[in-house]
Amino acid sequence: MADPILEVISLTKCFGAIAASDGLTFSVERGTIHALIGPNGAGKSTAIAQLSGELSSDTGRVRFDGQDVTRWPVDKRARTGLQRSYQITSLLPEFTAEDNVAMAIQSQQGHSFRFWEDARRDQSLRVPAQKILERVGLKGFADRPVTSLAHGQQRQLELAMVLATAPTMLLLDEPMAGMGQSESLQMMELLRPLRGDITMLLVEHDMDVVFALADVVTVLVKGQALATGTPDEIRANPDVRRAYLGDY
Amino acid sequence: MEAKGPFPGIRGIGQMMFLNKLLSVNPNGRTKAVVITGLLLLLLLPFLAALLDDPFLVDIASRILIYALVAVSLDLILGYGGMVSFGHGAFFGLGAYVVGILTHHSYEGTTIAFLPGDWEGTTQAFIQWPLAMIVSGILALMVGALSLRTSGVYFIMITLAFAQMLYFLMISIPTYGGEDGLNIWERSEVPFLDLYDSQTFYYTCLVLLLLCLWVCKRLVKSRFGMVLQGCRQNETRMKALGYPVYRYKLTAFVISGMIAGLAGALSANHTEFVGPGLMHWTRSGEIMVMVILGGMGSLFGAVLGAASLLMMEEVLSGLTEHWMIFLGPILVVVVLFARKGLYGLLVGKGADNG
Repeated sequence: MADPILEVISLTKCFGAIAASDGLTFSVERGTIHALIGPNGAGKSTAIAQLSGELSSDTGRVRFDGQDVTRWPVDKRARTGLQRSYQITSLLPEFTAEDNVAMAIQSQQGHSFRFWEDARRDQSLRVPAQKILERVGLKGFADRPVTSLAHGQQRQLELAMVLATAPTMLLLDEPMAGMGQSESLQMMELLRPLRGDITMLLVEHDMDVVFALADVVTVLVKGQALATGTPDEIRANPDVRRAYLGDY
Repeated sequence: MEAKGPFPGIRGIGQMMFLNKLLSVNPNGRTKAVVITGLLLLLLLPFLAALLDDPFLVDIASRILIYALVAVSLDLILGYGGMVSFGHGAFFGLGAYVVGILTHHSYEGTTIAFLPGDWEGTTQAFIQWPLAMIVSGILALMVGALSLRTSGVYFIMITLAFAQMLYFLMISIPTYGGEDGLNIWERSEVPFLDLYDSQTFYYTCLVLLLLCLWVCKRLVKSRFGMVLQGCRQNETRMKALGYPVYRYKLTAFVISGMIAGLAGALSANHTEFVGPGLMHWTRSGEIMVMVILGGMGSLFGAVLGAASLLMMEEVLSGLTEHWMIFLGPILVVVVLFARKGLYGLLVGKGADNG
């Protein structure tokens, strides 16, 4: 029954005297959508950065898919299928939408020490890139420079790039940040069918989204996991209520 | 957002509007026209010099081609890879020294100093030039391996420091002329070619430059080139996509160093002299100015930058010793108002596919 794809074991990260992660321990079951919530400054983004490898951890361990990845750099973790998206849109701004997705696909096709053939005419990159753009609803925007895309479209593109790498697990850092109501709904419709295929760890402020999507919720307070459970359990948990109301 | 024409920054001024209009017809056709005009000019230059009865012109033009080659090599990592190497003079100078040292020993009939075994000098271009590229490439591998672990200002400073180290190293080796440098008594030997003939030398440089432009053009459009450009735009994202960016940047750095080494080998033949001055940081700065003036991220722009800087130097230094006084403001204007350099001014919006 229990088949954790990601295990976080007493992870710590200090910035000076402040412990952003303070013995953080939780695990994510394969195929689930697992939400990470908590008040501002609880250490959610720090945790994501530690899991993706962008921040090194002071102590503790991270196991992903049966391997200890604690000391692995970002790119190595990404290649084994642990992908992240960013809270603030992070794209390749001088490329077109299709170029951006093609770069994600290219990273999946082995090394890029190929110096001669024109990559923009390579159908093994371009065709799948177009398919993924279509899937996230960006058909017709393939040749647009990404800077000319609307904010919501850039978020969709961000998701397209992450999906293009065929990840086994996604770390989604506020995928709906800055989105309007309808864009938010659209993004949810994109994420929902991926459940089962791709495990997702979702950081999100919008509780409606969390309770609509997540199978499991972990509440983070002061760098520690305060509670983990189903959305209903979390809703009913008195500790969680206190933490959110501020008289913790 | 969309900038129209070559002067997006000062669109409000009436005259400039006119200039924009005049220049911005069919950008793609214009790219082609500019490149073809430039190519024809380079091909026909020796005939032009003969017509004008000015043989010195071919000599200056050869110098331009050699510096164009270094500028292209720097543009590859600066314009496409976003690596601001402030030590490119080191690779250029080392390539020149390889030719200088080999010729020196060949002339004196001695063996190469500081190396185990008895290696003799040679004047054969087919040994000298590839060796210059390899030695410069090895230096680039060492410098790059260390400096690419940093970024931003630190990267600039470390590349600068390495170049200055090499500069002082060459000053302190009296065997190879120390501060005075080495005179080269024989130019490289190429079968069937006489490099002493200034036209032959010019065309040799031109062929090598065009070859290098072609190779670099393919390179920047390839998968490798796309990764390189991705690193310039957003390195964090490239890592998150799974690219080990360090390896790609280091490879580009080495390729760039090798091309600079080849340019150095040509320069040694051209001036028949090598000295530590080739490695001085002011030389590295000059190469960087060429790239910025011509337009970062367009290979043809680097050629244009080298040509315009050296021609400016030629013309202005005839007027006054302090010709740099004029260069400064020109550079400021280009940086402020022509985002893609002189090449961007010429071809307008199509500047990206240079």
